Amino acid sequence: MIALIRYLGRWVLNWVQEAGSMMLFLLQGLALAFVPPFRPRRFLQEMNLIGVKSTLIIILTGAFTGMVLGLQGYYTLRKYGSEGALGAAVALSLIREMGPVLTAIMVSARAGSAVTAEVGIMRITEQLDALDTMAVNPMQYVVMPKLLAGLVAVPLLTAIFDVVGILGGYLVGVVLLGVSSGSYFSGMVQSVVPLDINGGIVKSLVFGLTIILVASYKGYYTEHGAEGVSRATNQTVVLSAVLVLAWDYILTSFFM
Amino acid sequence: MIQVIDLHKAFNGQVVLDGINLEIATGKITVVIGKSGVGKSVLLKHLIGLVKPDKGQVLVDGQDITQLKGRKLQDLKRRFSVLFQGGALFDSLSVFENIAFPLREKTRLPETEIVSRVHERLDQMNLSLEAGKKFPDELSGGMKKRVALARAMIQEPEIILFDEPVTGLDPPMTNTVFHLIRKTHGASNYTALVVAHDIPEVFSIADYVAMLHQGRIIAFGTPAEIQQHTDPMVQSFIRGEPDFLEA
Repeated sequence: MIALIRYLGRWVLNWVQEAGSMMLFLLQGLALAFVPPFRPRRFLQEMNLIGVKSTLIIILTGAFTGMVLGLQGYYTLRKYGSEGALGAAVALSLIREMGPVLTAIMVSARAGSAVTAEVGIMRITEQLDALDTMAVNPMQYVVMPKLLAGLVAVPLLTAIFDVVGILGGYLVGVVLLGVSSGSYFSGMVQSVVPLDINGGIVKSLVFGLTIILVASYKGYYTEHGAEGVSRATNQTVVLSAVLVLAWDYILTSFFM
Repeated sequence: MIQVIDLHKAFNGQVVLDGINLEIATGKITVVIGKSGVGKSVLLKHLIGLVKPDKGQVLVDGQDITQLKGRKLQDLKRRFSVLFQGGALFDSLSVFENIAFPLREKTRLPETEIVSRVHERLDQMNLSLEAGKKFPDELSGGMKKRVALARAMIQEPEIILFDEPVTGLDPPMTNTVFHLIRKTHGASNYTALVVAHDIPEVFSIADYVAMLHQGRIIAFGTPAEIQQHTDPMVQSFIRGEPDFLEA
């Protein structure tokens, strides 16, 4: 029994220590955005890696999510004779919940794992040490542009996801199942209020920062060679998904 | 001059450096030899502040690098260059961009001057201009070492640290890299610390040799003095005797 308590105590302490260490990592990374030299090119490179290269997968995911919502929503609403509310149901589901969450999880799976692998390989092949010995701060050169790119790219990708999802819902609901185009869009315009959109934006900002923070942190402190990189990449995907869902609950409770 | 004074370091309770004392003479090549895993690279990383010691000092012209922080540490690091064991070339940059990297980051030289200097270094390392367009994963082990050496040399540093510069290379390429170190040292007269265990090749480039064993420097002197050293451990290492004889 004592051994179990000791084990749990150690686990909690390690968890708190890692959370604190991650928070310091984040603050250091963000603070370095205000310290010269400024490298806008590095930021654009990371925007390309994290944002542009995730666009296709976001469009695909958004389209199918919207189509499924259109299909499910149509048959559920038809039971109550409310097919006209399909546009509102699809838009609210996407803007408030599914857009930010699914975008974050897709970006985590695609770009988050790539960031961990990239930074982890830089660690084990001494590229981060090489930067340090050249008097170039590796946090500023490698991590900070990624954090900023995550902060900017994920909300933009979420917006794309939402728009494509709404069009996917339109395709199924209006084109295939015969809901009136006017009621689809007018229901959406009447139901979606600024608080919904603001909530979605805040969520995507928090998710974007969380994903890239976890990915960079896990990569930066990779140990034990190729196996360590593999483990860190795996941890990034799992931890990012859990944190995104936990943050989603907390933020939803604020925006209800 | 670099002075290492009573340097101690342990990782997870395992002692790696146990009171190292060493002087690295200005403008000379000092080679640290010793068996694999004995802590040679850890010692090298202390010299540039990549690893903090548990105890002891590393004085670079009187400044203790273990105590420096911020701007002062950055300024001191600018006097150094390091050639890492695997080259540590940046994967995402071409050979040309790798060599130009320190100049682009730390100087305000015009692009034409940077291009000229990089071409000069490529030529010095017997690398073609075409090789400059390749990426690190397209290079052989020997080419990677030469590119890393070119990058280490590009800012003409006062001090260069070589971490096992010939590990994994075939004998002709080993001799080529050692020849390049000797040649560039002759041209620039930098202070060099070379960590290696390639006997007898290291004796051809060294001004001084130090042997690290069980966390301590057990022998120090010119290559001739080391080859005549009476310590059986030194003689055993130089002759390449198997470890079980030591036991």
